[in-house]
Amino acid sequence: MKRTTLYPSPAEQAQGIKATNTASSPHQAPMPDRTHIQSIFQRRHLLDLDDFSAAELRLLLEITQTMKEVLARPVRKVPALQGSTVVNLFYENSTRTRISFELAAKNLSADVVNVTASGSSVTKGESLIDTVRTLQALGADFVIMRHSQSGAPYLVAQQIRGSVINAGDGWHAHPTQALLDLFTLEEHLGSVEGRKIVILGDILHSRVARSNIWSLTTLGAEVVLCGPPTLMPPSVLESIASADDATPRRLRVEYQIERALEGADVVMALRLQKERQDAGLLPSLREYIARFGLTPQRLASANPNALVMHPGPMNEGVEIAHEVAYSDASVIEEQVTNGLAVRMAVLYALSQARQRA
Amino acid sequence: MSQITGHEEEARTILNEEEMRRAISRMAHEMLERNAGATEIVLVGIRSRGVPLAQRLAAKIGALEHISVPVGQLDATLYRDDLRSRGAQLKVHPTELPADITDRVVVLVDDVLYTGRTARAALDALLDHGRPRKVQLAVLIDRGHRELPLRADYVGKNVPTAREESILVRLAEHDGFDAVLLSRQPTA
Repeated sequence: MKRTTLYPSPAEQAQGIKATNTASSPHQAPMPDRTHIQSIFQRRHLLDLDDFSAAELRLLLEITQTMKEVLARPVRKVPALQGSTVVNLFYENSTRTRISFELAAKNLSADVVNVTASGSSVTKGESLIDTVRTLQALGADFVIMRHSQSGAPYLVAQQIRGSVINAGDGWHAHPTQALLDLFTLEEHLGSVEGRKIVILGDILHSRVARSNIWSLTTLGAEVVLCGPPTLMPPSVLESIASADDATPRRLRVEYQIERALEGADVVMALRLQKERQDAGLLPSLREYIARFGLTPQRLASANPNALVMHPGPMNEGVEIAHEVAYSDASVIEEQVTNGLAVRMAVLYALSQARQRA
Repeated sequence: MSQITGHEEEARTILNEEEMRRAISRMAHEMLERNAGATEIVLVGIRSRGVPLAQRLAAKIGALEHISVPVGQLDATLYRDDLRSRGAQLKVHPTELPADITDRVVVLVDDVLYTGRTARAALDALLDHGRPRKVQLAVLIDRGHRELPLRADYVGKNVPTAREESILVRLAEHDGFDAVLLSRQPTA
């Protein structure tokens, strides 16, 4: 159910990476082979980044670069998705993601419909599928979906002829957030390869963390998860424990924030839901702040040019101090801007790739 | 021409390196003549092979007039009318214009003019960046078979072709050598 795509062979992937790299120096390199680029990206849906190759990620980053240029033009709109219908199907509250997708679709000249369903009025299972069938009957080419239930977009993807883009499902995945994080990082660092990236806070409930782990490790970053043991996902701990000693350790866990931040190139703070305290996962909010809050003093142990990120919305003074969120190290506002370009790139890439089916 | 491989072996040479150089040189002269100099000209190459051609035209004009002509590059993919039918177009590049094009004379440069659909897309893309005083089109090869009411202002060589044939423009910047070839086989 998860493998909804065709995989290029390892040899194709290797060549794909080469083709992508050479194309960025247009004046010396041979022309990239178009059929080759098509073989890199053959997807109908974007559900998570767990099965993305490095070549696919690089291709999306390249398209994002072009979309960012489009956004800098006097006319910020191109006709690439003219005549397509994009439905924003949000079963959970969201401001930035929904608006970002809506603007992305409009910048590509698609028609956009927003459907918001309050979580209580919609039961899971059949009614979700009925809704999706209705959208399909109305001619939706893209369904952009947010749902509190992990895996819900996978179910929808099986039922629809169009494309499904996961805009966040439960604790599971938020692939466009991870892509915009990756794009923002590569803009600043050149490449994430070999960089130490700390993901800080409530990892257990974070779909942002999960998707980021996939994309960052695929591109060779060293990812350190830091937070209270009660907020670490057991599955991640197991996979780290069972990792083959021969493979490079790109993912590890550190419970002490000072040790985690030492020499870090990037700190990604996650939102702490205040309800976690009621669930008994935290002794108190004050204790959490005292032990895991990202303060200027703690940030000082990271690399001098370390970047600070946050997927938003922030709880200032909880997981991140106000002075850190608005410091020179912070790229939080850029993340939002880049999110628009990333979502345009995803819509465009899927619209092109699915033609071949 | 040892680099020529595959179906290019059966291709007939339309322009060799020397002939291509002369054609570009003549086009540069025509641009100067028609625009009374080059002070207002901005050359914009349509990706991908239009870009090195625009650079060569700029170098030629620069040598003749002792001025530097701005050169940009434009990717018209997102404006194509065949995005839904032509197969996946996953390579799209940023457009880079060297200066504000408003009130300038923009010369769009491409390697081959065929159906005119690329040129149409490029015009739409260009006009989203500003309002040039005039837009002209320069192509190395005009092979006919227009599907839109467009013509080129500067042509390196007119080559009557059949639809089944293909024109292969090879440029040193991309391919390691300069040549224009006519192949009997349609492009893959």
